[in-house]
Amino acid sequence: MTAAKIRPALEGYLTERDGKPHLLGSRCTACGTYYFPRLDSFCRNPACDSTDFEEVPLSRSGRLWSYTNAAYQPPAPYIPVKDPYEPFAIAAVELEREGMIVLGQCAEGIAVEDLRVGTPMELIVEPLFSDDEGDAIIWKWKPQAAGADA
Amino acid sequence: MSNAIHILGAGMHPWGKWGEHFTRYGVHAARAALAEAEVAWRDVGFISGAATMRCGYPGYVAGATFAQALGWQGAQVNTSYAACASGAQALAAARAKIAAGECEVALVIGADTTPKGFLKPQAGERPDDPDWVRFRIGITNPTYFALYARRRMALYGDTSEDFAAVKVKNAAHGAKNTNARYRKTFTAEDVAQSPVVADPLRLMDVCATSDGGAALVVCSADYARAKGKQHTPRIAGISTATPTFASATVEMPDLATDSTAAASPHSFRATLPLAAFEQAGIGPEDVDVAEVYDLSTALELDWMEDLGLCARGEAAQWLRRGDTRIGGKLPVNPSGGLACFGEAVPAQAIAQVCELHWQLSERAGERQVEGARVGITANQGLFGHGSCVIVER
Ligand SMILES: [Zn+2]
Repeated sequence: MTAAKIRPALEGYLTERDGKPHLLGSRCTACGTYYFPRLDSFCRNPACDSTDFEEVPLSRSGRLWSYTNAAYQPPAPYIPVKDPYEPFAIAAVELEREGMIVLGQCAEGIAVEDLRVGTPMELIVEPLFSDDEGDAIIWKWKPQAAGADA
Repeated sequence: MSNAIHILGAGMHPWGKWGEHFTRYGVHAARAALAEAEVAWRDVGFISGAATMRCGYPGYVAGATFAQALGWQGAQVNTSYAACASGAQALAAARAKIAAGECEVALVIGADTTPKGFLKPQAGERPDDPDWVRFRIGITNPTYFALYARRRMALYGDTSEDFAAVKVKNAAHGAKNTNARYRKTFTAEDVAQSPVVADPLRLMDVCATSDGGAALVVCSADYARAKGKQHTPRIAGISTATPTFASATVEMPDLATDSTAAASPHSFRATLPLAAFEQAGIGPEDVDVAEVYDLSTALELDWMEDLGLCARGEAAQWLRRGDTRIGGKLPVNPSGGLACFGEAVPAQAIAQVCELHWQLSERAGERQVEGARVGITANQGLFGHGSCVIVER
Protein backbone atom coordinates (compact mmCIF):
# COMPACT_ATOMS: atom_id res chain seq x y z
CA MET A 1 0.00 0.00 0.00
CA THR A 2 1.33 3.43 -0.91
CA ALA A 3 1.19 6.29 1.59
CA ALA A 4 -1.71 8.64 0.85
CA LYS A 5 -0.63 12.01 -0.43
CA ILE A 6 -1.53 14.85 1.91
CA ARG A 7 -2.51 18.39 0.98
CA PRO A 8 -4.25 21.20 2.89
CA ALA A 9 -7.99 21.44 2.25
CA LEU A 10 -7.63 25.23 2.50
CA GLU A 11 -4.46 27.04 1.44
CA GLY A 12 -2.77 29.21 4.04
CA TYR A 13 -4.73 28.20 7.12
CA LEU A 14 -2.23 25.81 8.75
CA THR A 15 1.41 25.81 9.71
CA GLU A 16 3.74 23.69 11.84
CA ARG A 17 6.12 24.52 14.72
CA ASP A 18 8.38 21.92 16.36
CA GLY A 19 6.49 19.18 14.59
CA LYS A 20 3.13 20.34 15.90
CA PRO A 21 0.26 21.79 13.86
CA HIS A 22 -0.90 25.36 14.42
CA LEU A 23 -3.45 27.63 12.79
CA LEU A 24 -1.65 30.23 10.73
CA GLY A 25 -2.82 33.70 11.69
CA SER A 26 -1.41 37.18 11.40
CA ARG A 27 -0.74 39.92 13.92
CA CYS A 28 -0.75 43.68 13.50
CA THR A 29 2.77 44.84 14.33
CA ALA A 30 1.46 48.18 15.61
CA CYS A 31 -1.35 47.26 18.01
CA GLY A 32 -0.92 43.50 18.45
CA THR A 33 -4.38 42.47 17.20
CA TYR A 34 -4.47 38.89 15.89
CA TYR A 35 -6.31 37.76 12.78
CA PHE A 36 -7.59 34.39 11.67
CA PRO A 37 -7.86 33.77 8.79
CA ARG A 38 -4.73 35.85 8.12
CA LEU A 39 -5.18 39.49 7.25
CA ASP A 40 -2.47 41.56 5.57
CA SER A 41 -4.38 44.59 4.29
CA PHE A 42 -5.71 47.01 6.92
CA CYS A 43 -5.85 46.58 10.68
CA ARG A 44 -9.51 46.44 11.78
CA ASN A 45 -8.90 48.05 15.15
CA PRO A 46 -10.48 51.53 14.79
CA ALA A 47 -7.68 52.94 16.97
CA CYS A 48 -4.99 51.66 14.58
CA ASP A 49 -4.26 52.52 10.95
CA SER A 50 -1.46 50.02 10.46
CA THR A 51 -0.97 48.07 7.27
CA ASP A 52 1.94 46.07 8.64
CA PHE A 53 1.36 42.46 9.66
CA GLU A 54 3.44 39.47 10.62
CA GLU A 55 2.42 35.84 10.14
CA VAL A 56 2.08 34.01 13.46
CA PRO A 57 1.18 30.50 14.50
CA LEU A 58 -1.83 30.72 16.84
CA SER A 59 -2.06 28.97 20.22
CA ARG A 60 -2.89 25.34 19.63
CA SER A 61 -4.88 24.95 22.82
CA GLY A 62 -7.74 26.78 24.45
CA ARG A 63 -10.98 26.34 26.35
CA LEU A 64 -14.21 25.08 24.84
CA TRP A 65 -16.53 28.11 24.53
CA SER A 66 -19.39 26.11 23.08
CA TYR A 67 -20.09 23.12 20.84
CA THR A 68 -22.66 21.48 18.61
CA ASN A 69 -22.82 18.99 15.76
CA ALA A 70 -23.94 18.68 12.17
CA ALA A 71 -26.68 16.11 12.53
CA TYR A 72 -27.54 16.31 8.82
CA GLN A 73 -25.12 16.35 5.93
CA PRO A 74 -24.27 19.98 5.17
CA PRO A 75 -24.89 21.24 1.61
CA ALA A 76 -22.08 21.72 -0.94
CA PRO A 77 -19.34 22.90 -0.98
CA TYR A 78 -19.12 20.47 1.97
CA ILE A 79 -17.75 17.22 0.57
CA PRO A 80 -19.38 14.09 1.99
CA VAL A 81 -16.89 11.66 3.55
CA LYS A 82 -19.08 8.76 4.60
CA ASP A 83 -22.00 6.95 3.07
CA PRO A 84 -24.34 6.84 4.86
CA TYR A 85 -23.62 10.21 6.44
CA GLU A 86 -22.31 10.26 10.01
CA PRO A 87 -22.73 13.39 12.15
CA PHE A 88 -19.60 15.19 13.33
CA ALA A 89 -19.14 17.49 16.31
CA ILE A 90 -18.15 21.16 15.97
CA ALA A 91 -16.25 23.16 18.60
CA ALA A 92 -15.82 26.88 19.31
CA VAL A 93 -12.55 27.22 21.20
CA GLU A 94 -11.42 30.34 23.07
CA LEU A 95 -7.70 31.10 22.63
CA GLU A 96 -6.45 33.05 25.63
CA ARG A 97 -3.41 34.84 24.23
CA GLU A 98 -5.19 35.89 21.04
CA GLY A 99 -8.47 36.76 22.77
CA MET A 100 -10.44 35.07 20.02
CA ILE A 101 -12.83 32.18 19.52
CA VAL A 102 -12.10 29.84 16.60
CA LEU A 103 -14.51 27.29 15.14
CA GLY A 104 -13.64 23.93 13.70
CA GLN A 105 -14.78 20.38 13.38
CA CYS A 106 -13.97 18.03 16.26
CA ALA A 107 -11.59 15.12 15.78
CA GLU A 108 -12.92 11.85 14.37
CA GLY A 109 -14.67 9.86 17.08
CA ILE A 110 -15.50 12.88 19.28
CA ALA A 111 -19.24 13.32 19.85
CA VAL A 112 -21.16 16.06 21.66
CA GLU A 113 -21.50 13.68 24.61
CA ASP A 114 -17.70 13.88 25.07
CA LEU A 115 -17.70 17.66 25.35
CA ARG A 116 -18.35 20.18 28.09
CA VAL A 117 -18.09 23.97 28.00
CA GLY A 118 -14.79 25.01 29.62
CA THR A 119 -12.92 21.81 28.73
CA PRO A 120 -9.29 22.34 27.63
CA MET A 121 -9.03 21.57 23.90
CA GLU A 122 -6.12 21.08 21.57
CA LEU A 123 -5.67 21.37 17.84
CA ILE A 124 -4.84 18.43 15.59
CA VAL A 125 -4.98 17.88 11.84
CA GLU A 126 -7.07 15.22 10.15
CA PRO A 127 -8.52 14.70 6.70
CA LEU A 128 -11.52 16.91 5.91
CA PHE A 129 -12.14 14.66 2.90
CA SER A 130 -10.19 12.30 0.65
CA ASP A 131 -10.18 11.94 -3.11
CA ASP A 132 -8.05 10.53 -5.95
CA GLU A 133 -5.28 12.98 -5.05
CA GLY A 134 -5.10 11.79 -1.43
CA ASP A 135 -6.17 13.36 1.87
CA ALA A 136 -7.16 17.01 2.13
CA ILE A 137 -6.36 17.94 5.71
CA ILE A 138 -7.90 20.53 8.03
CA TRP A 139 -7.58 21.60 11.66
CA LYS A 140 -9.84 19.88 14.17
CA TRP A 141 -10.34 20.24 17.91
CA LYS A 142 -10.20 17.50 20.52
CA PRO A 143 -10.29 17.44 24.31
CA GLN A 144 -6.74 17.82 25.57
CA ALA A 145 -5.13 14.65 26.86
CA ALA A 146 -4.28 14.94 30.57
CA GLY A 147 -0.75 16.32 31.04
CA ALA A 148 -0.34 17.38 27.40
CA ASP A 149 1.50 20.68 26.90
CA ALA A 150 0.25 23.60 24.89
CA MET B 1 -38.82 63.54 19.05
CA SER B 2 -38.90 66.03 16.18
CA ASN B 3 -37.66 63.30 13.85
CA ALA B 4 -40.51 60.95 14.79
CA ILE B 5 -42.61 59.84 11.85
CA HIS B 6 -46.09 58.36 12.03
CA ILE B 7 -47.24 55.00 10.77
CA LEU B 8 -50.54 55.42 8.93
CA GLY B 9 -50.93 51.88 7.70
CA ALA B 10 -49.34 48.43 7.52
CA GLY B 11 -49.92 45.55 5.16
CA MET B 12 -48.65 42.07 4.42
CA HIS B 13 -48.98 39.30 1.92
CA PRO B 14 -49.35 36.09 3.95
CA TRP B 15 -46.06 34.21 4.38
CA GLY B 16 -45.80 30.82 2.73
CA LYS B 17 -44.06 28.89 -0.03
CA TRP B 18 -46.20 30.23 -2.82
CA GLY B 19 -43.56 30.21 -5.57
CA GLU B 20 -44.80 33.40 -7.23
CA HIS B 21 -42.85 36.48 -8.36
CA PHE B 22 -41.84 38.58 -5.33
CA THR B 23 -43.46 41.66 -6.89
CA ARG B 24 -46.86 40.04 -6.41
CA TYR B 25 -46.34 39.84 -2.62
CA GLY B 26 -44.97 43.37 -2.46
CA VAL B 27 -47.84 44.94 -4.35
CA HIS B 28 -50.39 43.02 -2.30
CA ALA B 29 -48.75 44.26 0.93
CA ALA B 30 -48.45 47.83 -0.38
CA ARG B 31 -52.09 48.05 -1.42
CA ALA B 32 -53.17 46.70 1.98
CA ALA B 33 -50.99 49.27 3.77
CA LEU B 34 -52.24 52.14 1.57
CA ALA B 35 -55.85 51.07 2.17
CA GLU B 36 -55.36 50.98 5.92
CA ALA B 37 -53.63 54.36 5.77
CA GLU B 38 -56.37 55.83 3.55
CA VAL B 39 -53.60 57.21 1.35
CA ALA B 40 -53.74 57.11 -2.46
CA TRP B 41 -50.67 55.66 -4.19
CA ARG B 42 -50.38 58.89 -6.20
CA ASP B 43 -49.85 60.81 -2.93
CA VAL B 44 -46.76 58.77 -1.99
CA GLY B 45 -43.66 60.93 -2.52
CA PHE B 46 -41.01 58.35 -1.76
CA ILE B 47 -40.85 54.61 -2.23
CA SER B 48 -38.24 52.87 -0.12
CA GLY B 49 -37.64 49.26 -1.11
CA ALA B 50 -35.72 46.50 0.65
CA ALA B 51 -33.75 44.49 -1.90
CA THR B 52 -33.78 40.76 -2.45
CA MET B 53 -30.64 39.05 -3.79
CA ARG B 54 -32.47 35.94 -4.94
CA CYS B 55 -34.78 37.27 -7.60
CA GLY B 56 -32.42 38.69 -10.22
CA TYR B 57 -32.05 42.32 -11.28
CA PRO B 58 -35.61 43.35 -10.36
CA GLY B 59 -34.74 42.32 -6.79
CA TYR B 60 -31.59 44.47 -6.68
CA VAL B 61 -33.68 47.50 -7.62
CA ALA B 62 -36.72 46.49 -5.59
CA GLY B 63 -37.87 50.05 -4.90
CA ALA B 64 -38.24 50.82 -8.60
CA THR B 65 -39.65 47.36 -9.34
CA PHE B 66 -42.48 47.94 -6.87
CA ALA B 67 -42.99 51.52 -8.10
CA GLN B 68 -43.42 50.28 -11.66
CA ALA B 69 -45.75 47.49 -10.57
CA LEU B 70 -47.91 49.96 -8.64
CA GLY B 71 -47.79 52.31 -11.65
CA TRP B 72 -45.09 54.93 -12.27
CA GLN B 73 -46.24 58.18 -10.70
CA GLY B 74 -42.92 60.00 -10.43
CA ALA B 75 -42.13 59.31 -6.74
CA GLN B 76 -38.55 59.48 -5.50
CA VAL B 77 -37.05 56.01 -5.06
CA ASN B 78 -34.45 54.20 -2.98
CA THR B 79 -33.44 50.56 -2.51
CA SER B 80 -31.64 49.30 0.61
CA TYR B 81 -29.74 46.11 1.16
CA ALA B 82 -28.53 45.00 4.59
CA ALA B 83 -29.31 41.26 4.56
CA CYS B 84 -31.95 40.53 7.24
CA ALA B 85 -31.79 44.17 8.37
CA SER B 86 -32.72 45.56 4.91
CA GLY B 87 -36.22 46.51 6.02
CA ALA B 88 -34.95 48.67 8.88
CA GLN B 89 -32.60 50.48 6.51
CA ALA B 90 -35.47 51.09 4.08
CA LEU B 91 -37.50 52.50 6.97
CA ALA B 92 -34.56 54.67 8.10
CA ALA B 93 -34.24 56.02 4.55
CA ALA B 94 -37.93 56.98 4.59
CA ARG B 95 -37.54 58.71 7.96
CA ALA B 96 -34.53 60.68 6.69
CA LYS B 97 -36.42 61.76 3.56
CA ILE B 98 -39.39 62.92 5.61
CA ALA B 99 -37.18 64.63 8.23
CA ALA B 100 -35.36 66.47 5.45
CA GLY B 101 -38.70 67.85 4.30
CA GLU B 102 -38.36 66.19 0.90
CA CYS B 103 -41.59 64.24 1.14
CA GLU B 104 -44.69 63.96 3.33
CA VAL B 105 -45.67 60.34 2.81
CA ALA B 106 -43.45 57.34 2.07
CA LEU B 107 -44.09 53.71 1.27
CA VAL B 108 -41.62 51.21 2.77
CA ILE B 109 -41.80 47.78 1.19
CA GLY B 110 -39.99 44.45 1.08
CA ALA B 111 -40.84 41.07 -0.43
CA ASP B 112 -39.06 37.85 -1.25
CA THR B 113 -39.45 34.57 -3.10
CA THR B 114 -37.18 31.91 -1.58
CA PRO B 115 -35.77 28.75 -3.08
CA LYS B 116 -36.75 25.39 -1.62
CA GLY B 117 -34.63 23.85 1.17
CA PHE B 118 -31.43 25.09 2.86
CA LEU B 119 -30.06 28.50 2.01
CA LYS B 120 -26.73 27.66 0.44
CA PRO B 121 -23.75 29.56 -0.93
CA GLN B 122 -23.26 30.26 -4.61
CA ALA B 123 -21.68 27.44 -6.61
CA GLY B 124 -18.01 27.17 -7.61
CA GLU B 125 -14.69 27.04 -5.74
CA ARG B 126 -14.36 30.34 -3.89
CA PRO B 127 -11.81 29.91 -1.09
CA ASP B 128 -11.52 33.69 -0.61
CA ASP B 129 -15.17 33.93 0.43
CA PRO B 130 -15.68 33.23 4.17
CA ASP B 131 -19.17 31.94 3.40
CA TRP B 132 -17.76 29.33 1.02
CA VAL B 133 -15.01 28.36 3.48
CA ARG B 134 -17.34 27.69 6.39
CA PHE B 135 -19.69 25.58 4.26
CA ARG B 136 -16.68 23.58 2.98
CA ILE B 137 -15.90 22.76 6.62
CA GLY B 138 -19.54 21.85 7.23
CA ILE B 139 -20.52 24.87 9.33
CA THR B 140 -24.11 25.82 8.45
CA ASN B 141 -26.41 28.53 9.81
CA PRO B 142 -27.87 26.28 12.53
CA THR B 143 -24.29 25.66 13.75
CA TYR B 144 -24.09 29.25 15.01
CA PHE B 145 -27.56 29.19 16.61
CA ALA B 146 -26.66 25.94 18.35
CA LEU B 147 -23.37 27.30 19.68
CA TYR B 148 -25.24 30.24 21.25
CA ALA B 149 -27.90 27.89 22.64
CA ARG B 150 -25.37 25.52 24.21
CA ARG B 151 -23.55 28.49 25.71
CA ARG B 152 -26.81 29.57 27.42
CA MET B 153 -27.23 26.09 28.82
CA ALA B 154 -23.71 26.15 30.27
CA LEU B 155 -23.85 29.70 31.63
CA TYR B 156 -27.45 30.11 32.78
CA GLY B 157 -28.79 26.58 33.14
CA ASP B 158 -31.28 26.91 30.28
CA THR B 159 -32.60 23.56 29.08
CA SER B 160 -33.89 22.05 25.85
CA GLU B 161 -37.33 22.20 27.49
CA ASP B 162 -36.96 25.98 27.79
CA PHE B 163 -36.14 26.25 24.10
CA ALA B 164 -39.14 24.07 23.28
CA ALA B 165 -41.30 26.35 25.43
CA VAL B 166 -40.35 29.31 23.21
CA LYS B 167 -41.66 27.38 20.20
CA VAL B 168 -44.84 26.36 22.01
CA LYS B 169 -45.48 29.99 23.05
CA ASN B 170 -44.80 31.44 19.60
CA ALA B 171 -46.88 28.77 17.89
CA ALA B 172 -49.80 29.69 20.16
CA HIS B 173 -49.37 33.35 19.16
CA GLY B 174 -48.99 32.63 15.45
CA ALA B 175 -52.03 30.34 15.37
CA LYS B 176 -54.07 33.55 15.67
CA ASN B 177 -52.25 35.37 12.86
CA THR B 178 -53.70 35.02 9.37
CA ASN B 179 -50.42 36.31 7.86
CA ALA B 180 -48.35 33.54 9.48
CA ARG B 181 -47.25 30.55 7.40
CA TYR B 182 -47.46 28.00 10.25
CA ARG B 183 -50.68 28.35 12.18
CA LYS B 184 -50.66 25.13 14.14
CA THR B 185 -50.18 24.90 17.90
CA PHE B 186 -47.54 22.52 19.21
CA THR B 187 -46.71 20.86 22.51
CA ALA B 188 -43.30 20.53 24.14
CA GLU B 189 -43.52 16.86 23.20
CA ASP B 190 -43.94 17.71 19.51
CA VAL B 191 -40.74 19.76 19.66
CA ALA B 192 -38.86 17.06 21.57
CA GLN B 193 -39.85 14.51 18.95
CA SER B 194 -38.56 16.55 16.03
CA PRO B 195 -35.09 15.46 14.90
CA VAL B 196 -31.92 17.11 16.19
CA VAL B 197 -30.46 19.43 13.53
CA ALA B 198 -27.55 20.94 15.46
CA ASP B 199 -27.35 19.72 19.05
CA PRO B 200 -29.06 20.97 21.26
CA LEU B 201 -31.43 22.43 18.65
CA ARG B 202 -34.10 20.39 16.92
CA LEU B 203 -35.87 20.99 13.64
CA MET B 204 -38.69 22.81 15.41
CA ASP B 205 -36.21 25.09 17.22
CA VAL B 206 -34.91 26.50 13.93
CA CYS B 207 -36.84 28.76 11.55
CA ALA B 208 -37.56 28.02 7.89
CA THR B 209 -37.33 30.35 4.87
CA SER B 210 -40.52 31.70 3.36
CA ASP B 211 -42.03 33.84 0.65
CA GLY B 212 -43.77 36.94 1.92
CA GLY B 213 -44.19 40.68 1.63
CA ALA B 214 -44.67 43.55 4.08
CA ALA B 215 -45.24 47.27 3.69
CA LEU B 216 -45.67 50.39 5.81
CA VAL B 217 -47.07 53.81 4.96
CA VAL B 218 -45.27 56.43 7.03
CA CYS B 219 -45.59 60.21 7.10
CA SER B 220 -44.53 63.44 8.77
CA ALA B 221 -46.17 64.67 11.98
CA ASP B 222 -47.69 67.58 10.02
CA TYR B 223 -49.25 65.28 7.45
CA ALA B 224 -50.66 63.03 10.18
CA ARG B 225 -52.17 66.06 11.92
CA ALA B 226 -53.67 67.39 8.68
CA LYS B 227 -55.35 64.03 8.12
CA GLY B 228 -56.61 63.87 11.71
CA LYS B 229 -54.30 60.92 12.35
CA GLN B 230 -51.97 62.48 14.91
CA HIS B 231 -52.74 59.67 17.38
CA THR B 232 -51.38 56.92 15.12
CA PRO B 233 -48.23 55.08 16.32
CA ARG B 234 -44.95 56.92 15.87
CA ILE B 235 -41.54 55.57 14.99
CA ALA B 236 -39.51 57.03 17.86
CA GLY B 237 -36.17 55.39 17.20
CA ILE B 238 -34.37 53.41 14.51
CA SER B 239 -30.91 51.93 14.93
CA THR B 240 -29.01 50.63 11.92
CA ALA B 241 -25.78 50.25 13.92
CA THR B 242 -22.65 48.41 12.90
CA PRO B 243 -20.63 46.40 15.46
CA THR B 244 -17.96 47.82 17.73
CA PHE B 245 -14.48 46.31 17.52
CA ALA B 246 -13.61 43.91 19.11
CA SER B 247 -16.78 41.96 18.39
CA ALA B 248 -16.51 39.01 20.76
CA THR B 249 -19.30 36.74 19.51
CA VAL B 250 -18.56 34.42 16.64
CA GLU B 251 -20.93 35.56 13.90
CA MET B 252 -22.15 33.94 10.73
CA PRO B 253 -20.31 33.44 8.35
CA ASP B 254 -17.01 33.91 10.23
CA LEU B 255 -14.75 31.15 11.56
CA ALA B 256 -13.39 33.34 14.35
CA THR B 257 -14.25 36.39 16.44
CA ASP B 258 -12.28 39.60 16.45
CA SER B 259 -9.20 39.42 18.67
CA THR B 260 -9.45 41.23 21.99
CA ALA B 261 -5.65 41.41 22.32
CA ALA B 262 -5.66 45.19 21.81
CA ALA B 263 -9.30 46.26 22.32
CA SER B 264 -12.00 45.41 24.83
CA PRO B 265 -14.73 42.94 23.85
CA HIS B 266 -18.17 44.11 22.71
CA SER B 267 -21.40 42.25 22.03
CA PHE B 268 -23.04 43.46 18.83
CA ARG B 269 -26.52 42.32 19.82
CA ALA B 270 -26.23 44.31 23.05
CA THR B 271 -24.91 47.52 21.46
CA LEU B 272 -27.17 47.66 18.40
CA PRO B 273 -30.33 48.80 20.27
CA LEU B 274 -28.61 51.66 22.11
CA ALA B 275 -29.07 54.29 19.39
CA ALA B 276 -32.79 53.50 19.13
CA PHE B 277 -33.29 53.90 22.89
CA GLU B 278 -31.33 57.15 22.82
CA GLN B 279 -33.42 58.60 19.99
CA ALA B 280 -36.66 57.59 21.68
CA GLY B 281 -35.48 58.92 25.03
CA ILE B 282 -36.71 55.81 26.80
CA GLY B 283 -35.19 52.72 28.37
CA PRO B 284 -35.89 48.99 28.21
CA GLU B 285 -38.09 49.26 31.31
CA ASP B 286 -40.58 51.30 29.24
CA VAL B 287 -41.16 48.54 26.66
CA ASP B 288 -44.57 46.80 26.63
CA VAL B 289 -44.15 44.42 23.67
CA ALA B 290 -41.23 43.12 21.58
CA GLU B 291 -40.76 41.50 18.18
CA VAL B 292 -37.31 39.88 18.10
CA TYR B 293 -35.53 37.81 15.48
CA ASP B 294 -36.03 34.22 16.64
CA LEU B 295 -33.95 32.48 13.98
CA SER B 296 -33.82 29.85 16.71
CA THR B 297 -35.91 29.45 19.85
CA ALA B 298 -32.86 30.03 22.08
CA LEU B 299 -31.99 33.21 20.22
CA GLU B 300 -35.25 34.80 21.38
CA LEU B 301 -33.92 34.49 24.94
CA ASP B 302 -30.59 36.07 23.95
CA TRP B 303 -32.43 39.01 22.37
CA MET B 304 -34.49 39.68 25.49
CA GLU B 305 -31.29 40.08 27.47
CA ASP B 306 -29.43 41.99 24.76
CA LEU B 307 -32.28 44.50 24.57
CA GLY B 308 -32.14 44.84 28.35
CA LEU B 309 -35.77 43.69 28.70
CA CYS B 310 -34.60 41.38 31.49
CA ALA B 311 -31.35 40.81 33.36
CA ARG B 312 -28.60 38.74 31.72
CA GLY B 313 -29.30 35.05 32.22
CA GLU B 314 -32.90 35.52 33.36
CA ALA B 315 -34.83 35.25 30.08
CA ALA B 316 -35.71 31.60 30.63
CA GLN B 317 -37.15 32.44 34.05
CA TRP B 318 -39.41 35.05 32.42
CA LEU B 319 -40.46 32.48 29.85
CA ARG B 320 -41.20 29.83 32.47
CA ARG B 321 -43.36 32.27 34.44
CA GLY B 322 -45.36 33.08 31.32
CA ASP B 323 -44.20 36.71 31.31
CA THR B 324 -43.45 36.67 27.58
CA ARG B 325 -46.72 35.27 26.27
CA ILE B 326 -49.67 37.44 25.32
CA GLY B 327 -51.28 38.33 28.65
CA GLY B 328 -47.91 38.26 30.43
CA LYS B 329 -46.05 41.34 31.57
CA LEU B 330 -43.91 41.66 28.42
CA PRO B 331 -45.18 39.66 25.46
CA VAL B 332 -42.41 38.69 23.04
CA ASN B 333 -43.22 37.86 19.42
CA PRO B 334 -47.01 38.22 19.65
CA SER B 335 -47.04 37.83 15.84
CA GLY B 336 -45.71 34.29 16.27
CA GLY B 337 -42.25 35.42 15.21
CA LEU B 338 -40.03 33.64 12.74
CA ALA B 339 -41.15 30.38 14.32
CA CYS B 340 -44.52 30.85 12.62
CA PHE B 341 -43.51 32.98 9.65
CA GLY B 342 -40.21 31.55 8.45
CA GLU B 343 -37.76 34.13 7.19
CA ALA B 344 -38.54 36.27 4.13
CA VAL B 345 -35.35 38.31 4.36
CA PRO B 346 -36.20 41.76 2.93
CA ALA B 347 -39.72 41.72 4.35
CA GLN B 348 -38.99 40.50 7.84
CA ALA B 349 -37.77 43.65 9.62
CA ILE B 350 -40.74 45.51 8.07
CA ALA B 351 -43.11 42.76 9.21
CA GLN B 352 -41.86 43.21 12.78
CA VAL B 353 -42.84 46.90 12.63
CA CYS B 354 -46.21 46.02 11.03
CA GLU B 355 -46.99 43.88 14.08
CA LEU B 356 -46.05 46.67 16.48
CA HIS B 357 -48.23 49.08 14.49
CA TRP B 358 -51.22 46.76 14.81
CA GLN B 359 -50.53 46.13 18.49
CA LEU B 360 -50.18 49.82 19.32
CA SER B 361 -53.22 50.85 17.30
CA GLU B 362 -55.31 48.04 18.82
CA ARG B 363 -55.85 46.26 15.52
CA ALA B 364 -54.20 42.98 16.55
CA GLY B 365 -57.47 41.15 17.16
CA GLU B 366 -57.05 37.92 19.08
CA ARG B 367 -53.32 38.65 19.50
CA GLN B 368 -53.89 42.02 21.12
CA VAL B 369 -51.47 42.95 23.89
CA GLU B 370 -53.72 45.02 26.14
CA GLY B 371 -52.63 48.59 26.71
CA ALA B 372 -49.38 48.35 24.75
CA ARG B 373 -47.88 51.83 24.28
CA VAL B 374 -44.22 51.11 23.51
CA GLY B 375 -42.91 48.35 21.26
CA ILE B 376 -39.45 47.38 20.11
CA THR B 377 -38.07 45.24 17.30
CA ALA B 378 -34.63 43.69 17.03
CA ASN B 379 -32.89 41.96 14.19
CA GLN B 380 -29.39 41.46 12.87
CA GLY B 381 -28.28 41.13 9.27
CA LEU B 382 -25.20 39.26 8.10
CA PHE B 383 -21.94 41.18 7.78
CA GLY B 384 -22.58 43.68 10.58
CA HIS B 385 -26.08 45.09 10.11
CA GLY B 386 -27.99 45.95 13.26
CA SER B 387 -31.69 46.75 13.19
CA CYS B 388 -33.80 47.99 16.07
CA VAL B 389 -36.99 50.03 15.81
CA ILE B 390 -38.97 51.60 18.65
CA VAL B 391 -42.64 52.40 18.07
CA GLU B 392 -44.75 54.44 20.50
CA ARG B 393 -48.27 55.77 20.72
ZN1 LIG C 1 -3.43 47.32 14.50
